[in-house]
Amino acid sequence: MNFSILIHETAEAFAMRDDPAQRPALYAPIGAYLQALRDAGVFVGGAGLEAPATANVLSANGAGWKVQDGPFADTKEQLAGLIIIDVPDRERALEWARRFPTQAGRKIELRANLVPPSE
Amino acid sequence: MSEAARAVEQAARESRARLLAFLAARSHDLAAAEDALSEAFRSALETWPGDGVPDKPEAWLLTAARRRLIDAARHARVRAQAMPELTAALDDAQVFTHDHEHAFPDERLKLLFVCAHPAIDAAARTPLMLQTVLGLDAARIASAFLVKPSAMGQRLSRVKTKIRDAGIAFEIPRGDELPERLDAVLEAIYAAYGSGWDDIAGADPRRKGLAIEALELGALLVHLLPDEPEALGLSALMLYCEARRGTRRGPHGEYVPLSEQDVTLWSRPMIEQADRLLRKAERMGRIGRFQLEAAIQSVHAQRARTGDTDWESIALLYEGLVRIAPAIGALVGRAAAVAQARDPQTGWSLLQRIPAQAVISYQPYWALAAHLLERMDREEEARAARDRAIGLCEDPAMRAWLMRQG
Repeated sequence: MNFSILIHETAEAFAMRDDPAQRPALYAPIGAYLQALRDAGVFVGGAGLEAPATANVLSANGAGWKVQDGPFADTKEQLAGLIIIDVPDRERALEWARRFPTQAGRKIELRANLVPPSE
Repeated sequence: MSEAARAVEQAARESRARLLAFLAARSHDLAAAEDALSEAFRSALETWPGDGVPDKPEAWLLTAARRRLIDAARHARVRAQAMPELTAALDDAQVFTHDHEHAFPDERLKLLFVCAHPAIDAAARTPLMLQTVLGLDAARIASAFLVKPSAMGQRLSRVKTKIRDAGIAFEIPRGDELPERLDAVLEAIYAAYGSGWDDIAGADPRRKGLAIEALELGALLVHLLPDEPEALGLSALMLYCEARRGTRRGPHGEYVPLSEQDVTLWSRPMIEQADRLLRKAERMGRIGRFQLEAAIQSVHAQRARTGDTDWESIALLYEGLVRIAPAIGALVGRAAAVAQARDPQTGWSLLQRIPAQAVISYQPYWALAAHLLERMDREEEARAARDRAIGLCEDPAMRAWLMRQG
């Protein structure tokens, strides 16, 4: 059963990425976490995302798409990355989500991936 | 607070679980018994201030709850032949309410055994115990187990329906059955303690405090089963751990390993109480898993007096523990103790005998592996193991500590 771990960060946490002094503290535990997922054989895929300011947002209107510069929504936390894992149940998925390194303001959303209807 | 309200509160605190156990054991319906009892408490709050506090508040509550229970059953159109049965079963309530000779029986032990019945999902046993025996609300239990209150409420009511529909008996298991059933009760209490213990120094304040509730359940079990050495062992084990609680974190919330804890801050009264319980258990001459785990903690506790740790004794106790209960935690604990008592190589060879599949996501294994590999100067492997331990860590303080070791 596939689950998505969606990681949301504050602007301060995004700024840490550009600070050479803080970068290792930000990335090292995440690297260890990803390795643990791989070693446990539950890692399916994922990606870290560039800062929300670099996004393009496409909104559907009657005629097609309207393209704007990001971010998508003016919220305190923005999507910073996602990881897809394959585990037997939600309890196991929560267990893994809880192991994601904590960071001030960080929020994680855990969602089951939609299973396409089999016909 | 008025005198009457205080009396209701006192009755709720002291007698709620006993009244519930009594009613549920006779109606075989936990949910209905709980409803009837809360109705009884509600009407006490309404009537006692005007009518005065009754002579025997427990008896008053029992009579009121009994009436509600029978009314509710009538309402629910319980099968015609079941009605007299229920009324008869509840009739002995009148004996205890009218007869001053008969003490009101304490049937909480039956309630504990129902909560940890083999027909009930192991994950639901601890929450059910916390709700029925200690009266915790679903929201409080849910926060301790990191689930939504609504989900916990549903889980608990499903379990109660199952107890009713499957006709699970409220009784104390006899003979051969007892040790296994008792084990489930002990496990469920220890799980409550564990959920309070894993959350260290309020990393998550919602999880705080279950440790105290577990200690209370443990003490209750000792009171109800005074001749059961494993119940004593469990209480001793929890008290030894609880004695160290405050020293597991530094002033800024940082992780402090056992070997670096300030022993002068360990709670001496708790350690002494644990010593007493464990000695009493040992005199009964029936060793068990919880007594062995408590004995291991008692050796650690001795450091407060002697200044050092007798690792040989700890290794020996772990040897005994893995023989009767070879859980993964015990196997890792034994390897750690042997490494301390002898040398890291011997500890490492024990660690390697644990099947790889069992430790894929078991964090303490990797933390110990990193430590032992480090001591054997196998830097490269130590780093990989430490990264694995960091990646599997749920506790931010422990993660930060592991990262500082690199």
